[in-house]
Amino acid sequence: MKYILMMNTMKDGQGVLGWPKKDLQTHISFMIGLNKELHERGELVSAEGLSFPDQAKLVRAGKDGGPITDGVFPESKEFLAGFWIIDVDSPERAYDIAARISAAPGPGGAALNMPIELRPIMSGPPPEMVHREL
Amino acid sequence: MTKEWDATSEHLLRQLAPQVLGTVARRFHDFAAAEDAVQEAMIAAFTQWPREGVPENPRAWLIHVACRRMTDHVRSEIARRERETAVAAEVETLAPTPEIEPDLDPDDTLILLFMCCHPALTPSSAIALTLRAVGGLTTAEIANAFLVPDATMAQRISRAKQTIKASGVPFRLPSPRERAERLPSVLHALYLIFSEGYASSTGSHLQRLDLAREAIRLVRNTRTLLPDNPEVAGLLALMLLTDARRAARTGPDEELIPLDKQDRTLWDRAEISEGIELLTAALSKASVGLYQLQAAIAAVHDEAARVEDTDWPQILALYELLKRVSPSPMVTLNHAIAAAMVHGPAKGLHLLQALDTDPCIAGHYRLDAVRAHLFEKMGNHQAAIEHYRIAAARTTSMPERNYLITQAARLAGD
Repeated sequence: MKYILMMNTMKDGQGVLGWPKKDLQTHISFMIGLNKELHERGELVSAEGLSFPDQAKLVRAGKDGGPITDGVFPESKEFLAGFWIIDVDSPERAYDIAARISAAPGPGGAALNMPIELRPIMSGPPPEMVHREL
Repeated sequence: MTKEWDATSEHLLRQLAPQVLGTVARRFHDFAAAEDAVQEAMIAAFTQWPREGVPENPRAWLIHVACRRMTDHVRSEIARRERETAVAAEVETLAPTPEIEPDLDPDDTLILLFMCCHPALTPSSAIALTLRAVGGLTTAEIANAFLVPDATMAQRISRAKQTIKASGVPFRLPSPRERAERLPSVLHALYLIFSEGYASSTGSHLQRLDLAREAIRLVRNTRTLLPDNPEVAGLLALMLLTDARRAARTGPDEELIPLDKQDRTLWDRAEISEGIELLTAALSKASVGLYQLQAAIAAVHDEAARVEDTDWPQILALYELLKRVSPSPMVTLNHAIAAAMVHGPAKGLHLLQALDTDPCIAGHYRLDAVRAHLFEKMGNHQAAIEHYRIAAARTTSMPERNYLITQAARLAGD
């Protein structure tokens, strides 16, 4: 079963920008190590980091159907920083991976314990199709 | 001397894969590396044969190519070890003679099946390894079937082989007692391949490998190796009797069509006859197992020309038996439906209450979906709408969610 794990970043500079170099390196090597481990276990479908929020554009179709782009969204406090798509054998395994990401090392090497949003990815027809009386 | 590549060649190649792997694995005493070598030989054959023709002795060709890869592998392993430890010797003895007599052992496919469906493996890795080592499929095909990147699938397979290696399973046929103990996990893996394929081989997924057909082929092979086992025959019958409804079970927009709304003229009569024949023979033998019973239930549906001809009392009796032989929440759920069909929806709803306290199924969308149907049958549309909506929110299947929200909308619009 596939899940998406979403990690948010704060807009107000509480993200990685203010961290000392050593802490940044620890954090980066943690993330690389985790992705490598998920890949080796055959569980990683994809993992992507997103650009900083100031690169974000809000797009709406105008009256003629063409795009109207806006800059950043002042009302948002949190932005998606990156996501993982994993394919695992059980929900419990997905929770474990999310907890590992949540506890990624932050300033001073302390666990960040950031919230990771986990959502099941919709699949095709369910396997229960084989036996359904109704 | 070669023969033209035609429609039968791919089938031949796949049938040969486990036989070739058996030969190479026994020769080199290294299942994991042999499996990689055979995969490379298979890919070489898939590239060369359609272009240059099928060799006169395809098995010998594959063994030769796989052994050459193995020899390269052994040499580079030795070179690596020499660099690391500067010890050598024993080296060249491992390399096989270039002309290889295919020491064919009919049990090889069976050995591989028991190995790949080893209980130490998770179902997803057992399935992936079985499809590659026994089914002769390429990593890319398997990855595509499960909608994951090739590299992810390759890792899953390589990890499965490491697990097998670590558990120290010898490359030989398990004893009759072990075989009896482990056959259920082999059949379960084949069943999972089928249910995955049967559910997804539709509409936009048509380009994907047909896993349901692949599972049927693997069970057919297993049956020739274990001809007297009634559960193997039962599983094959179950697959055929279910696969027979394939064309009727989804609509043009990939929408799910439940059994009672299917156009039964689309059901495959040949598959139904073969399934029933297999099942009748299996049931005449001693023990009745879980697959035979499920096949028997599928057969009762398939034999009804119209939905109103369905022999529900017979289905109910079969579920009672199945509840004793192989109890599970899904069996209880289906038993409740059968009871509702025979004794009315109130009876079914009453039986479903037992599942609310079962942690394996409480909160599962099927429980709410079934309640919704039964409330609808009772004429309680408000409760039906509510349960269709709960079920829609809980399912992780897109066609299922579309089906359930449509049911709720249909009743709400009345």
